[in-house]
Amino acid sequence: MTFALLIEWLIKGFVLVLVLLGGFAYLTLYERKALARIQVRIGPNRAGPWGILQPIADAIKLIFKEELIPAKADKLLFILAPVVTLVPALVITAVVPWGSEIMMFGRVITLYIADINVGVLYIMSVASIAVYGVVLAGWSSNNKYAMMGGLRSSAQMISYEMSLGLAFISAIMLAGSMRMLDIVEAQRTLWFVLLQPVGTAIFLIATLAEVNRPPFDMPEAEQELTAGYHVEYSGMKFALLFMAEYDKMIAISAIGATLFFGGFRGPFVDTYPWLGPIYMLLKLVILLFGMIWVRATFPRIRYDRLMAFGWKVMLPLSLAIVFITAAGILLAEQVNPLLIWTVPALSLLAGVFTIAMIDRELRRKEYARA
Amino acid sequence: MSIPLSWFLILSAALFSIGFFGVLARKNAIAILLGIELMLNAVNINLVAFWRYLDPAKMAGQVFAIIVFAVAAAEVAVGLALIVSVYRRRQTVVADEVDLMKW
Amino acid sequence: MTPDQIIFILTAALIISSALMVVTTRNLIHAALWLVAALFGVAILYAVLNAGFFVVVQVVVYIGAIAILFIFAVMLTRREMRDRGPQLRKNWWLAALLGMLAFSGLAFLLINQADINRSAAVIPAGLDTLGALGAALVSPDLYLLPFEVASILLLAALIGAVYLAATRK
Repeated sequence: MTFALLIEWLIKGFVLVLVLLGGFAYLTLYERKALARIQVRIGPNRAGPWGILQPIADAIKLIFKEELIPAKADKLLFILAPVVTLVPALVITAVVPWGSEIMMFGRVITLYIADINVGVLYIMSVASIAVYGVVLAGWSSNNKYAMMGGLRSSAQMISYEMSLGLAFISAIMLAGSMRMLDIVEAQRTLWFVLLQPVGTAIFLIATLAEVNRPPFDMPEAEQELTAGYHVEYSGMKFALLFMAEYDKMIAISAIGATLFFGGFRGPFVDTYPWLGPIYMLLKLVILLFGMIWVRATFPRIRYDRLMAFGWKVMLPLSLAIVFITAAGILLAEQVNPLLIWTVPALSLLAGVFTIAMIDRELRRKEYARA
Repeated sequence: MSIPLSWFLILSAALFSIGFFGVLARKNAIAILLGIELMLNAVNINLVAFWRYLDPAKMAGQVFAIIVFAVAAAEVAVGLALIVSVYRRRQTVVADEVDLMKW
Repeated sequence: MTPDQIIFILTAALIISSALMVVTTRNLIHAALWLVAALFGVAILYAVLNAGFFVVVQVVVYIGAIAILFIFAVMLTRREMRDRGPQLRKNWWLAALLGMLAFSGLAFLLINQADINRSAAVIPAGLDTLGALGAALVSPDLYLLPFEVASILLLAALIGAVYLAATRK
């Protein structure tokens, strides 16, 4: 390893962290603006033109707020919890490629930090560490609402991690590799969202639960838990927890874009490699808008229904998806490559069947109540 | 790699003994399970080290380690379910106090 | 001392000290978190042993699922935050003695073993250990049967855990 390579890695890592931190600041503004538009309001518009200085104003306010630590809290863990929440959110994007290679300063620079052969598993492992921050924050506050929030979130995140992993597996099987670059390359002609629409839907729903976004934001339900696990946090520690939530949104959108929406691929990206990051950013903005849209549209689900949905609907459906994908790939390999289209057909069928079963179940319950 | 095999084996023996102590000495049933986890990890270090030091082309060591992972997951799920269910009925997690069958 | 020996010694120190904290610390949540530290140490050892897949599996299965389940169980079975009273049995010294005996016995056996200080085998060039592991797990000549038995065990454990922890109406 040469010195220049080390410098290159350092700069790339630094730029990635900067992008995530800046992205967090402007994602909050984006979300507030988009929510405001959906609710026929204007949104923040005082700090700077169109409110573009609003994130900076928010940051200054949070920095100068008093930091409170509850007297009976577990001090070390209380201080550690926001850090433990933020670090996975920052490091999870290390394997996501933002482009192939560009020439800069007379040397070839790859637009990804790490290219490891178990890239998808790396994402799974970092995502599974993310639970700790929430649980520790909830427990160390020594507050029953915070503890309830921590308990709920750990149960929720572990439950939805399975469907998330199985959705990953459908993409891995279609690409035949766990390396992120291979997965992007396999989507050169066809995005996996077309081959596996139900797998993509499962991924998107499970990630909403995984990052505690509405309608699955049970751990921080304001009405019942007075903000859940971060009820005792103030000042910069609160800002860190907040930052982690939004950075997780960005990270998970980047992963979703890479696994199912073609990653940095787009028209002319082979001739002009610098288009890669631009396409990626475009896909990110669209996926993030989806998350914000869901928040503006759906009410929060009740907690027991959330768990029932995770275990009784998402898990069986994602198992069926994995089975269908495997069977379809086998058919395409053994009989006729066109038979790969049995995968989307059968999985859509499975999705429709699931929705019909949920509908029937809900109707039956309504009937029983009447 | 210039680490002798014996280092891994001694470390895993130490980890195993610490876990053994935990299982014998702890009162709380959950803490006993924690000790068992330490012992299982010691076993896994040994298995992976043997795979690496004897014949990396043979996968037996890694497959064994994966089976140990599965067994550990199953053991924790059932063990903790038992503890939670005992706690619900008897309001205790101290292993010595669950003695209804002991006369 | 080569760099990997230094890494090994530091990791071993981390594992042993956290393991000691796991079995002695009074607060059970802290014990579970020390277990997480020990598990991380073991993951580093897998990296030293060139078993990248096991590093990731260790993090996903042990740290991400098993240790979280422990913390979950501690939270569910606790009314107050602090644990009162001694957490060790009265005759803990006997357990310590047995642990010491086990360790010294094992160490004695190991040291007197021939060929114990052998160095690592050479990984053949071009051997894809991950692919080979996957193939070994599903090939009927090798380990398909144990693999299927393990999955049945997991299924049985899943059903058993749900049955045990479910509240009867």
